[in-house]
Amino acid sequence: MKIKRIKEKVVEGLFFLNGLIVIIILAGIFLLLLKNALPGLKEIGLMEFLATGYWNPDAYGKATYGALSMLVSTGMVTIGSLLIAVPLGIGTAAYLSDVASPRVREIAKPVVEILAGIPSVVLGFLGIVLVGPLLAKLTGTYNGLNAINGSILLAVMALPTIISLSEDALNSVPRSYAEASLALGANKWQTVTQVKVPAAASGIVAACMLGMGRAIGETMTVLMATGNAAQFPTGFLSSVKTMTSTIAIELGEVAYFTTHFYMLFSVGLVLFLITFVINLISDIVFNKHMKMLK
Amino acid sequence: MPLAKVKIKISDFNFYYGQVKVIKGVSVEMLAKNVTSIIGPSGCGKSTLLRCFNRMNDLIPGARAEGRAEIEGVDILGPQVDVVELRKRVGMVFQKPNPFPKSIFDNVAYGLRVNDITDRLIIEKRVEQSLRSAALWDEVKDRLKDNALNLSGGQQQRLCVARALAVEPEILLMDEPASALDPIATARIEELIVELKKHYTIVIVTHNMQQAARISDHTAFLMQGELVEYGKTSDIFTKPRKKLTEDYITGRFG
Repeated sequence: MKIKRIKEKVVEGLFFLNGLIVIIILAGIFLLLLKNALPGLKEIGLMEFLATGYWNPDAYGKATYGALSMLVSTGMVTIGSLLIAVPLGIGTAAYLSDVASPRVREIAKPVVEILAGIPSVVLGFLGIVLVGPLLAKLTGTYNGLNAINGSILLAVMALPTIISLSEDALNSVPRSYAEASLALGANKWQTVTQVKVPAAASGIVAACMLGMGRAIGETMTVLMATGNAAQFPTGFLSSVKTMTSTIAIELGEVAYFTTHFYMLFSVGLVLFLITFVINLISDIVFNKHMKMLK
Repeated sequence: MPLAKVKIKISDFNFYYGQVKVIKGVSVEMLAKNVTSIIGPSGCGKSTLLRCFNRMNDLIPGARAEGRAEIEGVDILGPQVDVVELRKRVGMVFQKPNPFPKSIFDNVAYGLRVNDITDRLIIEKRVEQSLRSAALWDEVKDRLKDNALNLSGGQQQRLCVARALAVEPEILLMDEPASALDPIATARIEELIVELKKHYTIVIVTHNMQQAARISDHTAFLMQGELVEYGKTSDIFTKPRKKLTEDYITGRFG
């Protein structure tokens, strides 16, 4: 009897330890970023870092470390991807949850999951050889490696998240709502768009935010598809260099413990904080959604 | 007494969930502007039968109907039937009040909007009429913008009646509409049903035999998917022809 109780305690302790390890890793990453970012931030100053747009560590004169152009670039590519992925994702989720026949659903759901498994480098490849030339032809630009290209590819990456989580949210809407709507002579599309989507709104918002978190942090695809010109973006047709691309390109070649090195960590820290806050908010919104439907 | 018109007619009607036969050879004629109640023990197929009249069972995979079912002599089972059109003519009120998480006004207006009525004045007029018909107008007229989920259970159910009436159906199906309500709210719903039969054909499923006796003109007693007895409510409750009916209404089982 006593041995059994001890066993239970040990197992309980092990699970607790697992949870603890995740938190420790998260805190460790944050502290590492902070520790390496602070010396640079002290030297450059938060204002110049966040409010000026010139990132030029290799300048002949004084090197500049303004991250605003990167922030704007990341923001543009992310918002662009959401403009594509949100309507498409919600529409697909609505179709799959309420309109599609069971056969179609059986085929489409695994396809969505496979889409999530495509390596980002493969998507970047498609950006260079397929989307880029197509965009160049359509818009008359030189090579089509620009913010739109990145937005399109990131939309593809965010879609699976948005579709499957939105579908879960739609499925958690009580059946009685759909029944009431159908009994009034509404068709399936009217029912899902006018009753179920509003009822599942908070869950769908959470799904879109998680998709957004995915898009912001994505590196390889945007690195390959956006051209990476270190300039302040002038529009969606201009080549952009996002925060993730900057870190990926420069960190490999930077001398350790220089200002440049520290400033790359600062960029990483900002990125970490942004995605952390987005994930946190989407988590809170989703929990609220689940509670409301209970 | 003028000859009442037959509104709903089913004959040799069978219904299956997959392989299981839940309605067995039922034939009934229900009269226009009458209240017909369907009574019977739990699981006898009352709700299933009711949901055949607006094809709500279509939503259940593997559900299948056999035989004939007509509204005003027109078949409602065949694949050529426009289910959306049918459901506009045959409204439904469910067991548990199920207003949408929208405003009171939008709840009633919903059925109009999905049927492409966009004129604001017409919608406002129809919403008021429907709420009046459902005896709810006086209680909510000053707070039409409030969320419908803030209403009491009884009010919510009358709102659901108003919502169904707004699309101007000919038939109103009610699936135990008072089972989730307290006695006072139940009494109000019953008054409402008696009032509504002036304009609508009402079919109500109920667990409560006194309720059937109080409000319905005709009663169908269903057991294990078979129609045991059907006739004038007064006859069913005072001089049932079948022993089984008598046993059920006197509370010997059920």
